[in-house]
Amino acid sequence: MSTLRLIYAGWRFHVKSLTMSSFFILLSIISPIIFASMAYFMFRAGARPGSLLYVSLGAAMMGIWSSTLFGSGGAIQWQRWQGTLEYCIASPPPFILVIAPLTLATATVGLYSLVATLTWGWVFFDVPFRVEHPLQFVVALPAMVAGLGLLGLVLASTFILYRQANALANLLEFPIWLITGLLTGIAILPGWVHPLSWILAPTWGVRALREAALGGNAWPDIAMCLALAAVYLVIGHYCLRYFEKLARERATLAIA
Amino acid sequence: MTSVRIFAVGGLISYRALFNWLTPAIYIPSLVVAPVFQILLMAYIGRSAGLASDEFYVVGNAVQYAAVPCLFAMMHLVGGEKYQNTLGAILVSPAPRLPLFFGRTVPVVINGALVAAFSLTVGSLILGVEIPVESIPPLALVILVAAFSCTGLGLVNAALALRIRESAVLTNVFFGFLLIFTGANIPISDLPGWMQTISSYIPFTHAIEAARELVDGAPLSSVMSLVGQEVLIGVVYGVLGFLLLRFFEYQGRRHSTLDRT
Repeated sequence: MSTLRLIYAGWRFHVKSLTMSSFFILLSIISPIIFASMAYFMFRAGARPGSLLYVSLGAAMMGIWSSTLFGSGGAIQWQRWQGTLEYCIASPPPFILVIAPLTLATATVGLYSLVATLTWGWVFFDVPFRVEHPLQFVVALPAMVAGLGLLGLVLASTFILYRQANALANLLEFPIWLITGLLTGIAILPGWVHPLSWILAPTWGVRALREAALGGNAWPDIAMCLALAAVYLVIGHYCLRYFEKLARERATLAIA
Repeated sequence: MTSVRIFAVGGLISYRALFNWLTPAIYIPSLVVAPVFQILLMAYIGRSAGLASDEFYVVGNAVQYAAVPCLFAMMHLVGGEKYQNTLGAILVSPAPRLPLFFGRTVPVVINGALVAAFSLTVGSLILGVEIPVESIPPLALVILVAAFSCTGLGLVNAALALRIRESAVLTNVFFGFLLIFTGANIPISDLPGWMQTISSYIPFTHAIEAARELVDGAPLSSVMSLVGQEVLIGVVYGVLGFLLLRFFEYQGRRHSTLDRT
């Protein structure tokens, strides 16, 4: 019970804290709007226009991924800059219970991207927003947040040793957008990329949202999001312990 | 002589001191690997939409990615002084402002051009885009001009960094704006009229068009007017940026807000 309370309190605190950050909010809203606009123009002008709602949901997921990536990547770095990393690690609860709410919060704040992109598309590009299966859509959202947030935990844990986490975040933005097929679908990608797509939560998250919105069956994709979230949690747990130990041994915990 | 020293030596030292992306741990992910993935991402979106050839995206995005080093570096080179609390010391010095600020743009232009050239080379190799050998020297010139013109916009961005707190967000907005409006990913003719008008007055539009023509085998002489327009745009933004810097410097002194972060 106290674990759940800690996770909830941490998540709530970080959602509020990130919402107060104009940098984070602007990034969550402006970046996906830019990429959504570009995608709308490209698909409208192209020979295969497709569904603009399909594009819209993909662009929204791009924003959610960016938010998770930069938030989780920065999670450790921010604690370093603020001088609180040692306290977080030395406090009685396991470190994972301190960091996981933060990475979940970054994915939650990414939902601003979803709202912004859908609203932008509806107002300026006449993209209709009609969800065929509202229940599936509502369930898909937290499942997707859990999947992305805990993938963020794995990233955050590996970033303990890497001082230039933001640069690594820059590196991972476009590749993940590409290999999870957020705007293109994964069928168009080379076959050897597919297994990489399957182990990444954004692939299933965007599929779940699309299936729910466009009238398919989102449940298998929701299940995959949750299964991957569980796997990420286990990996994140061990990575965090291992990298934390290394950082202590090398005395690099507080070196920013 | 002092002005020349401030321009050349001061510019280079400032660049090395303030543009912290030069460390390999940041440079390689952000300026070597990321542009290649931007090219791949856009090429695949283009394939998915059935809009244009891979060559269109390779050339457009390689040239456009010069925006990242040019805009961010200029932001660091002026805005960075604010965060290191050295802006006041710089601005009370008797150094003439023209070489002081423009000297900082030279390494930025060179680096921007190198990033774009590298992206174009790697992107072409991965996606099998053939560039005629005789087009390489004129392409190098066009890329240099593109980096020059974007650095002009970078100077405007740097000036705004003196005034705006979230300068990194503003820089990302400029980058996104250039991604859409320059024809890097969407043919200009497919944009609405008002966007086409804007695209004529911003960096990269003419350079990207010129680069595409060169890759298609056109001689340099046939794209000289595009190159000339790109240079002109760079000069106009550079002058505007310089005037804005002087204006915000004056405002900062008047309101005592120079070092406010």
